[in-house]
Amino acid sequence: MNAIGVSAEVLRIDAPRETERISEAIRDQVFNRLRRKGAVIGVSGGIDSSVVAFLCARALGNDRVQTLFTPEAESSPDSLRLGRMVAERLNVPSVVEEITPILQGARCYQRRDDAVRLVVPEYGEGFKCKIVLPGILDESRYALFSVVVQARNGECKKVRLTPTAYLGILAASNFKQRTRKMVEYYYADLLQYAVAGTPNRLEYELGFFVKNGDGAADFKPIAHLFKSQVYQLADYLGVPDEIRQRPPTTDTYSLGQSQEEFYFTLPLEKMDLCLYGRDRGIPALDLTQATGLTSEQIERVYAGIDAKRRVAMYLHAAPIGMEQGN
Amino acid sequence: MKEREMQRMDRIISEQIRNFIHQNFLFGRGFDLGDSDSFLENSVIDSTGVLELVAFLEETYGITVENEELIPENLDSLENVTAYVSRKVGGAVSVNTMMDLRGQA
Repeated sequence: MNAIGVSAEVLRIDAPRETERISEAIRDQVFNRLRRKGAVIGVSGGIDSSVVAFLCARALGNDRVQTLFTPEAESSPDSLRLGRMVAERLNVPSVVEEITPILQGARCYQRRDDAVRLVVPEYGEGFKCKIVLPGILDESRYALFSVVVQARNGECKKVRLTPTAYLGILAASNFKQRTRKMVEYYYADLLQYAVAGTPNRLEYELGFFVKNGDGAADFKPIAHLFKSQVYQLADYLGVPDEIRQRPPTTDTYSLGQSQEEFYFTLPLEKMDLCLYGRDRGIPALDLTQATGLTSEQIERVYAGIDAKRRVAMYLHAAPIGMEQGN
Repeated sequence: MKEREMQRMDRIISEQIRNFIHQNFLFGRGFDLGDSDSFLENSVIDSTGVLELVAFLEETYGITVENEELIPENLDSLENVTAYVSRKVGGAVSVNTMMDLRGQA
Protein backbone atom coordinates (compact mmCIF):
# COMPACT_ATOMS: atom_id res chain seq x y z
CA MET A 1 0.00 0.00 0.00
CA ASN A 2 1.44 3.38 -0.92
CA ALA A 3 0.97 6.52 1.16
CA ILE A 4 -2.29 7.60 -0.45
CA GLY A 5 -3.47 4.29 -1.81
CA VAL A 6 -6.07 1.84 -0.60
CA SER A 7 -5.31 -1.83 -0.04
CA ALA A 8 -7.57 -4.88 -0.17
CA GLU A 9 -7.29 -4.94 3.63
CA VAL A 10 -10.04 -2.30 3.79
CA LEU A 11 -12.49 -5.12 3.14
CA ARG A 12 -11.16 -7.27 5.96
CA ILE A 13 -13.87 -7.97 8.58
CA ASP A 14 -13.89 -9.45 12.06
CA ALA A 15 -15.69 -12.64 11.00
CA PRO A 16 -16.69 -13.94 14.47
CA ARG A 17 -18.06 -10.57 15.45
CA GLU A 18 -19.89 -10.07 12.17
CA THR A 19 -21.37 -13.56 12.45
CA GLU A 20 -22.74 -12.75 15.87
CA ARG A 21 -24.10 -9.42 14.71
CA ILE A 22 -25.88 -10.99 11.73
CA SER A 23 -27.18 -13.91 13.79
CA GLU A 24 -28.72 -11.56 16.29
CA ALA A 25 -30.31 -9.54 13.49
CA ILE A 26 -31.74 -12.69 11.84
CA ARG A 27 -33.34 -13.79 15.11
CA ASP A 28 -34.87 -10.36 15.61
CA GLN A 29 -36.06 -10.07 12.01
CA VAL A 30 -37.55 -13.54 11.71
CA PHE A 31 -39.07 -14.02 15.17
CA ASN A 32 -39.93 -10.46 16.25
CA ARG A 33 -40.40 -8.31 13.19
CA LEU A 34 -41.73 -10.87 10.73
CA ARG A 35 -43.21 -13.19 13.38
CA ARG A 36 -42.28 -16.33 11.45
CA LYS A 37 -41.14 -19.63 12.87
CA GLY A 38 -38.03 -20.21 10.80
CA ALA A 39 -36.39 -19.61 7.43
CA VAL A 40 -36.59 -21.12 3.94
CA ILE A 41 -33.37 -20.94 1.95
CA GLY A 42 -32.96 -21.87 -1.68
CA VAL A 43 -29.47 -23.36 -1.71
CA SER A 44 -27.73 -23.31 -5.08
CA GLY A 45 -24.41 -24.80 -4.07
CA GLY A 46 -22.82 -21.37 -4.47
CA ILE A 47 -21.01 -19.39 -1.81
CA ASP A 48 -23.75 -16.85 -1.03
CA SER A 49 -26.67 -19.19 -0.39
CA SER A 50 -24.38 -21.56 1.51
CA VAL A 51 -23.26 -18.78 3.85
CA VAL A 52 -26.87 -17.68 4.37
CA ALA A 53 -27.84 -21.28 5.23
CA PHE A 54 -24.99 -21.51 7.74
CA LEU A 55 -25.95 -18.16 9.29
CA CYS A 56 -29.65 -19.06 9.56
CA ALA A 57 -28.91 -22.45 11.10
CA ARG A 58 -26.67 -20.74 13.63
CA ALA A 59 -29.18 -17.98 14.38
CA LEU A 60 -32.43 -19.93 14.40
CA GLY A 61 -31.38 -23.50 15.10
CA ASN A 62 -31.10 -26.30 12.58
CA ASP A 63 -34.68 -27.42 13.26
CA ARG A 64 -35.97 -24.04 12.08
CA VAL A 65 -34.29 -23.98 8.68
CA GLN A 66 -35.76 -25.52 5.54
CA THR A 67 -33.30 -25.81 2.67
CA LEU A 68 -34.57 -26.20 -0.84
CA PHE A 69 -32.92 -27.37 -4.07
CA THR A 70 -34.59 -26.46 -7.35
CA PRO A 71 -32.72 -28.09 -10.23
CA GLU A 72 -33.97 -27.85 -13.81
CA ALA A 73 -32.97 -29.43 -17.09
CA GLU A 74 -30.08 -27.02 -17.70
CA SER A 75 -28.66 -26.84 -14.16
CA SER A 76 -25.16 -28.01 -13.46
CA PRO A 77 -25.28 -31.32 -11.55
CA ASP A 78 -22.77 -29.73 -9.15
CA SER A 79 -25.43 -27.35 -7.87
CA LEU A 80 -27.59 -30.11 -6.39
CA ARG A 81 -24.62 -32.11 -5.14
CA LEU A 82 -23.08 -29.12 -3.36
CA GLY A 83 -26.44 -27.95 -2.04
CA ARG A 84 -26.95 -31.35 -0.45
CA MET A 85 -23.48 -31.12 1.02
CA VAL A 86 -24.54 -27.91 2.83
CA ALA A 87 -27.74 -29.46 4.20
CA GLU A 88 -25.89 -32.54 5.38
CA ARG A 89 -23.16 -30.49 7.03
CA LEU A 90 -25.77 -28.41 8.89
CA ASN A 91 -28.08 -31.34 9.54
CA VAL A 92 -31.09 -29.31 8.39
CA PRO A 93 -34.19 -30.54 6.53
CA SER A 94 -33.93 -30.37 2.75
CA VAL A 95 -36.21 -31.01 -0.17
CA VAL A 96 -35.63 -31.29 -3.92
CA GLU A 97 -38.17 -29.59 -6.16
CA GLU A 98 -37.46 -30.31 -9.82
CA ILE A 99 -38.79 -27.22 -11.62
CA THR A 100 -38.35 -28.35 -15.25
CA PRO A 101 -42.06 -29.25 -15.68
CA ILE A 102 -43.12 -25.80 -14.42
CA LEU A 103 -40.67 -24.13 -16.79
CA GLN A 104 -41.90 -26.27 -19.68
CA GLY A 105 -45.47 -25.33 -18.80
CA ALA A 106 -44.51 -21.67 -18.94
CA ARG A 107 -42.70 -22.35 -22.26
CA CYS A 108 -39.51 -20.91 -20.78
CA TYR A 109 -37.16 -22.99 -22.92
CA GLN A 110 -39.23 -22.60 -26.08
CA ARG A 111 -39.54 -18.84 -25.74
CA ARG A 112 -35.81 -18.55 -25.00
CA ASP A 113 -34.87 -20.70 -27.99
CA ASP A 114 -37.21 -18.75 -30.29
CA ALA A 115 -35.44 -15.55 -29.20
CA VAL A 116 -31.99 -17.07 -29.85
CA ARG A 117 -33.14 -18.09 -33.34
CA LEU A 118 -33.79 -14.42 -34.17
CA VAL A 119 -30.02 -14.01 -34.45
CA VAL A 120 -28.88 -17.64 -34.92
CA PRO A 121 -31.54 -19.24 -37.16
CA GLU A 122 -29.93 -22.71 -37.06
CA TYR A 123 -30.18 -22.90 -33.24
CA GLY A 124 -32.07 -26.06 -32.35
CA GLU A 125 -32.25 -29.37 -30.50
CA GLY A 126 -28.98 -30.29 -28.80
CA PHE A 127 -27.54 -26.79 -29.05
CA LYS A 128 -26.44 -24.89 -25.96
CA CYS A 129 -26.23 -21.16 -25.33
CA LYS A 130 -25.34 -18.39 -22.93
CA ILE A 131 -25.28 -14.62 -23.13
CA VAL A 132 -22.09 -12.70 -22.41
CA LEU A 133 -20.72 -9.18 -22.04
CA PRO A 134 -17.26 -8.14 -23.19
CA GLY A 135 -14.74 -7.30 -20.45
CA ILE A 136 -14.83 -3.68 -19.41
CA LEU A 137 -11.10 -3.24 -18.97
CA ASP A 138 -9.60 -3.32 -22.43
CA GLU A 139 -11.44 -0.69 -24.34
CA SER A 140 -13.90 2.14 -24.00
CA ARG A 141 -16.50 0.34 -26.09
CA TYR A 142 -20.08 0.01 -24.90
CA ALA A 143 -20.58 -3.39 -23.37
CA LEU A 144 -23.36 -4.93 -25.43
CA PHE A 145 -24.65 -8.45 -24.91
CA SER A 146 -23.83 -11.26 -27.31
CA VAL A 147 -25.13 -14.80 -27.41
CA VAL A 148 -22.64 -17.66 -27.53
CA VAL A 149 -24.09 -20.73 -29.18
CA GLN A 150 -22.54 -24.19 -29.15
CA ALA A 151 -23.69 -26.54 -31.91
CA ARG A 152 -24.08 -30.31 -31.48
CA ASN A 153 -20.59 -30.83 -32.88
CA GLY A 154 -19.11 -28.54 -30.21
CA GLU A 155 -18.51 -25.65 -32.59
CA CYS A 156 -19.10 -22.25 -30.94
CA LYS A 157 -20.32 -19.05 -32.45
CA LYS A 158 -20.76 -15.60 -30.89
CA VAL A 159 -23.31 -13.14 -32.26
CA ARG A 160 -24.19 -9.66 -31.01
CA LEU A 161 -27.81 -9.51 -29.89
CA THR A 162 -30.54 -7.32 -31.26
CA PRO A 163 -32.73 -5.68 -28.60
CA THR A 164 -35.64 -7.99 -29.45
CA ALA A 165 -33.49 -11.12 -29.14
CA TYR A 166 -31.78 -9.90 -25.96
CA LEU A 167 -35.01 -8.99 -24.21
CA GLY A 168 -36.63 -12.24 -25.40
CA ILE A 169 -33.82 -14.38 -23.97
CA LEU A 170 -33.75 -12.38 -20.74
CA ALA A 171 -37.51 -12.40 -20.19
CA ALA A 172 -37.76 -16.15 -20.82
CA SER A 173 -34.73 -17.00 -18.67
CA ASN A 174 -36.17 -14.97 -15.79
CA PHE A 175 -38.89 -17.62 -15.47
CA LYS A 176 -36.21 -19.70 -13.74
CA GLN A 177 -35.55 -17.28 -10.88
CA ARG A 178 -39.23 -16.44 -10.49
CA THR A 179 -40.23 -20.10 -10.43
CA ARG A 180 -37.63 -20.83 -7.77
CA LYS A 181 -38.98 -17.99 -5.64
CA MET A 182 -42.54 -19.22 -6.09
CA VAL A 183 -41.51 -22.65 -4.77
CA GLU A 184 -39.63 -21.05 -1.85
CA TYR A 185 -42.79 -19.17 -0.86
CA TYR A 186 -44.79 -22.39 -1.09
CA TYR A 187 -42.63 -23.76 1.72
CA ALA A 188 -42.72 -20.44 3.56
CA ASP A 189 -46.53 -20.57 3.56
CA LEU A 190 -46.58 -24.25 4.47
CA LEU A 191 -44.23 -23.88 7.43
CA GLN A 192 -44.95 -20.25 8.42
CA TYR A 193 -41.33 -19.48 7.70
CA ALA A 194 -39.69 -16.37 6.21
CA VAL A 195 -37.76 -16.53 2.94
CA ALA A 196 -34.08 -15.68 3.21
CA GLY A 197 -32.62 -13.70 0.31
CA THR A 198 -29.06 -14.49 -0.66
CA PRO A 199 -27.70 -11.46 -2.58
CA ASN A 200 -24.35 -10.02 -1.59
CA ARG A 201 -23.61 -6.30 -1.81
CA LEU A 202 -22.40 -6.37 -5.41
CA GLU A 203 -25.53 -8.12 -6.58
CA TYR A 204 -27.85 -6.05 -4.44
CA GLU A 205 -26.45 -2.62 -5.26
CA LEU A 206 -25.65 -3.21 -8.90
CA GLY A 207 -28.93 -4.91 -9.74
CA PHE A 208 -27.71 -8.39 -10.49
CA PHE A 209 -31.02 -10.06 -9.67
CA VAL A 210 -34.42 -10.69 -11.18
CA LYS A 211 -37.19 -8.48 -9.86
CA ASN A 212 -39.70 -10.67 -8.03
CA GLY A 213 -37.32 -13.55 -8.66
CA ASP A 214 -34.13 -13.96 -6.69
CA GLY A 215 -34.56 -10.30 -5.72
CA ALA A 216 -37.62 -11.19 -3.63
CA ALA A 217 -37.20 -12.21 0.00
CA ASP A 218 -38.33 -11.36 3.52
CA PHE A 219 -34.84 -10.64 4.82
CA LYS A 220 -31.41 -10.33 3.21
CA PRO A 221 -28.70 -11.08 5.75
CA ILE A 222 -25.61 -10.64 3.54
CA ALA A 223 -26.75 -7.81 1.26
CA HIS A 224 -24.37 -5.45 3.09
CA LEU A 225 -21.29 -7.63 2.51
CA PHE A 226 -18.84 -7.39 -0.37
CA LYS A 227 -18.13 -10.69 -2.11
CA SER A 228 -14.71 -11.01 -0.51
CA GLN A 229 -16.34 -10.51 2.90
CA VAL A 230 -18.79 -13.33 2.16
CA TYR A 231 -15.75 -15.55 1.54
CA GLN A 232 -14.28 -14.49 4.88
CA LEU A 233 -17.50 -15.48 6.65
CA ALA A 234 -17.59 -18.76 4.71
CA ASP A 235 -14.11 -19.53 5.92
CA TYR A 236 -15.04 -18.78 9.53
CA LEU A 237 -18.36 -20.67 9.38
CA GLY A 238 -16.77 -23.78 7.92
CA VAL A 239 -18.53 -23.81 4.55
CA PRO A 240 -17.12 -26.82 2.65
CA ASP A 241 -13.92 -26.16 0.70
CA GLU A 242 -15.37 -27.25 -2.61
CA ILE A 243 -18.05 -24.56 -2.38
CA ARG A 244 -15.52 -21.90 -1.40
CA GLN A 245 -13.34 -22.85 -4.37
CA ARG A 246 -16.18 -22.93 -6.91
CA PRO A 247 -16.15 -19.98 -9.36
CA PRO A 248 -19.38 -17.95 -9.05
CA THR A 249 -21.78 -19.03 -11.76
CA THR A 250 -25.24 -17.92 -12.85
CA ASP A 251 -26.30 -21.54 -13.52
CA THR A 252 -29.05 -20.14 -15.71
CA TYR A 253 -27.94 -21.01 -19.23
CA SER A 254 -27.20 -24.35 -20.83
CA LEU A 255 -23.57 -23.36 -21.46
CA GLY A 256 -21.50 -22.70 -18.33
CA GLN A 257 -21.49 -19.00 -17.56
CA SER A 258 -19.52 -17.04 -14.99
CA GLN A 259 -21.03 -14.03 -13.22
CA GLU A 260 -18.09 -12.02 -14.53
CA GLU A 261 -18.91 -12.59 -18.20
CA PHE A 262 -22.65 -12.20 -17.67
CA TYR A 263 -22.77 -9.08 -15.57
CA PHE A 264 -19.84 -7.72 -13.64
CA THR A 265 -17.32 -7.69 -16.52
CA LEU A 266 -14.27 -7.96 -14.27
CA PRO A 267 -13.12 -10.30 -11.49
CA LEU A 268 -15.30 -9.96 -8.41
CA GLU A 269 -12.47 -9.14 -5.99
CA LYS A 270 -11.57 -6.18 -8.19
CA MET A 271 -15.22 -5.17 -8.51
CA ASP A 272 -15.45 -5.25 -4.70
CA LEU A 273 -12.67 -2.70 -4.41
CA CYS A 274 -14.03 -0.53 -7.19
CA LEU A 275 -17.50 -0.43 -5.59
CA TYR A 276 -15.89 0.38 -2.25
CA GLY A 277 -13.90 3.17 -3.91
CA ARG A 278 -16.87 4.55 -5.82
CA ASP A 279 -19.04 4.66 -2.68
CA ARG A 280 -16.39 6.55 -0.76
CA GLY A 281 -15.37 8.93 -3.51
CA ILE A 282 -11.86 7.49 -3.67
CA PRO A 283 -9.94 8.81 -6.70
CA ALA A 284 -9.18 6.13 -9.28
CA LEU A 285 -5.46 6.67 -8.87
CA ASP A 286 -5.63 5.54 -5.23
CA LEU A 287 -7.08 2.18 -6.22
CA THR A 288 -4.55 1.27 -8.89
CA GLN A 289 -2.19 -0.62 -6.62
CA ALA A 290 -4.83 -2.68 -4.84
CA THR A 291 -6.69 -3.61 -8.02
CA GLY A 292 -3.81 -3.87 -10.47
CA LEU A 293 -5.86 -1.74 -12.84
CA THR A 294 -4.93 1.56 -14.48
CA SER A 295 -6.66 4.80 -13.51
CA GLU A 296 -8.35 4.84 -16.89
CA GLN A 297 -9.72 1.33 -16.38
CA ILE A 298 -10.98 2.20 -12.91
CA GLU A 299 -12.73 5.28 -14.29
CA ARG A 300 -14.49 3.01 -16.79
CA VAL A 301 -15.51 0.65 -13.99
CA TYR A 302 -16.81 3.63 -11.97
CA ALA A 303 -18.91 4.73 -14.97
CA GLY A 304 -20.19 1.16 -15.30
CA ILE A 305 -21.16 1.11 -11.63
CA ASP A 306 -23.13 4.33 -12.08
CA ALA A 307 -24.89 2.92 -15.14
CA LYS A 308 -25.80 -0.33 -13.35
CA ARG A 309 -27.15 1.61 -10.38
CA ARG A 310 -29.43 3.57 -12.67
CA VAL A 311 -30.85 0.32 -14.05
CA ALA A 312 -31.10 -1.12 -10.51
CA MET A 313 -33.41 1.70 -9.41
CA TYR A 314 -36.32 0.07 -11.21
CA LEU A 315 -35.41 -3.35 -9.85
CA HIS A 316 -35.45 -2.05 -6.27
CA ALA A 317 -38.58 0.07 -6.67
CA ALA A 318 -41.61 -1.05 -4.65
CA PRO A 319 -45.03 -0.84 -6.31
CA ILE A 320 -46.22 2.75 -6.44
CA GLY A 321 -49.69 3.60 -5.22
CA MET A 322 -51.74 6.73 -5.87
CA GLU A 323 -51.27 8.17 -2.40
CA GLN A 324 -47.54 7.75 -1.95
CA GLY A 325 -46.41 11.12 -3.22
CA ASN A 326 -44.26 11.61 -6.30
CA MET B 1 -21.73 15.39 -52.44
CA LYS B 2 -21.97 19.15 -52.32
CA GLU B 3 -21.41 20.78 -48.96
CA ARG B 4 -24.86 22.31 -48.79
CA GLU B 5 -26.45 18.96 -49.53
CA MET B 6 -24.28 17.33 -46.85
CA GLN B 7 -25.40 19.89 -44.31
CA ARG B 8 -29.01 19.30 -45.24
CA MET B 9 -28.53 15.56 -44.87
CA ASP B 10 -26.97 16.04 -41.42
CA ARG B 11 -29.95 18.11 -40.34
CA ILE B 12 -32.37 15.40 -41.46
CA ILE B 13 -30.38 12.67 -39.71
CA SER B 14 -30.17 14.73 -36.55
CA GLU B 15 -33.92 15.33 -36.59
CA GLN B 16 -34.67 11.65 -37.12
CA ILE B 17 -32.42 10.60 -34.27
CA ARG B 18 -33.83 13.25 -31.97
CA ASN B 19 -37.35 11.99 -32.75
CA PHE B 20 -36.28 8.42 -32.06
CA ILE B 21 -34.72 9.37 -28.73
CA HIS B 22 -37.75 11.37 -27.67
CA GLN B 23 -40.28 8.72 -28.68
CA ASN B 24 -38.39 5.75 -27.24
CA PHE B 25 -36.60 7.07 -24.17
CA LEU B 26 -37.96 10.43 -23.04
CA PHE B 27 -41.71 9.75 -23.37
CA GLY B 28 -42.58 13.41 -23.44
CA ARG B 29 -40.55 14.13 -20.28
CA GLY B 30 -39.74 17.81 -20.23
CA PHE B 31 -36.06 17.14 -20.83
CA ASP B 32 -34.36 19.57 -23.15
CA LEU B 33 -31.81 17.38 -24.88
CA GLY B 34 -28.92 19.46 -26.16
CA ASP B 35 -26.97 18.39 -29.22
CA SER B 36 -23.85 17.59 -27.21
CA ASP B 37 -25.54 16.19 -24.06
CA SER B 38 -24.35 12.71 -23.13
CA PHE B 39 -27.13 10.12 -23.38
CA LEU B 40 -25.62 7.95 -20.67
CA GLU B 41 -24.59 10.66 -18.21
CA ASN B 42 -28.02 12.25 -18.45
CA SER B 43 -29.71 8.87 -17.95
CA VAL B 44 -31.42 9.24 -21.30
CA ILE B 45 -30.57 5.68 -22.35
CA ASP B 46 -29.13 2.66 -20.57
CA SER B 47 -27.24 -0.33 -21.96
CA THR B 48 -30.41 -1.86 -23.41
CA GLY B 49 -31.12 1.55 -24.90
CA VAL B 50 -27.77 1.47 -26.67
CA LEU B 51 -28.83 -1.85 -28.24
CA GLU B 52 -32.06 -0.21 -29.37
CA LEU B 53 -30.23 2.81 -30.77
CA VAL B 54 -27.84 0.58 -32.71
CA ALA B 55 -30.74 -1.45 -34.12
CA PHE B 56 -32.50 1.78 -35.13
CA LEU B 57 -29.42 3.08 -36.95
CA GLU B 58 -28.83 -0.22 -38.74
CA GLU B 59 -32.43 -0.55 -39.85
CA THR B 60 -33.04 3.08 -40.75
CA TYR B 61 -29.82 3.82 -42.59
CA GLY B 62 -28.93 0.36 -43.86
CA ILE B 63 -25.55 0.46 -42.13
CA THR B 64 -23.72 -2.10 -40.01
CA VAL B 65 -22.40 -0.79 -36.72
CA GLU B 66 -19.20 -2.74 -36.18
CA ASN B 67 -18.14 -3.80 -32.67
CA GLU B 68 -15.17 -1.42 -32.71
CA GLU B 69 -17.53 1.46 -33.53
CA LEU B 70 -19.55 0.96 -30.32
CA ILE B 71 -17.89 3.88 -28.57
CA PRO B 72 -19.22 7.06 -26.95
CA GLU B 73 -17.49 9.16 -29.62
CA ASN B 74 -19.95 7.66 -32.11
CA LEU B 75 -23.06 7.07 -30.06
CA ASP B 76 -23.32 9.17 -26.90
CA SER B 77 -24.94 12.41 -28.06
CA LEU B 78 -27.10 13.69 -30.86
CA GLU B 79 -24.18 15.39 -32.58
CA ASN B 80 -21.93 12.34 -32.19
CA VAL B 81 -24.53 9.99 -33.64
CA THR B 82 -25.33 12.38 -36.46
CA ALA B 83 -21.67 12.77 -37.39
CA TYR B 84 -21.15 9.00 -37.18
CA VAL B 85 -24.14 8.16 -39.37
CA SER B 86 -23.19 10.88 -41.79
CA ARG B 87 -19.69 9.42 -42.14
CA LYS B 88 -21.07 5.90 -42.52
CA VAL B 89 -23.61 6.70 -45.21
CA GLY B 90 -21.27 9.22 -46.85
CA GLY B 91 -22.08 9.83 -50.45
CA ALA B 92 -24.04 6.62 -50.73
CA VAL B 93 -27.32 8.13 -49.65
CA SER B 94 -28.81 11.09 -51.38
CA VAL B 95 -30.87 13.79 -49.77
CA ASN B 96 -33.87 12.45 -51.67
CA THR B 97 -33.37 9.04 -50.09
CA MET B 98 -33.03 10.69 -46.70
CA MET B 99 -36.26 12.57 -47.32
CA ASP B 100 -37.93 9.26 -48.14
CA LEU B 101 -36.61 7.82 -44.86
CA ARG B 102 -37.86 10.79 -42.91
CA GLY B 103 -41.34 9.45 -42.39
CA GLN B 104 -40.01 6.16 -41.03
CA ALA B 105 -38.06 7.66 -38.15
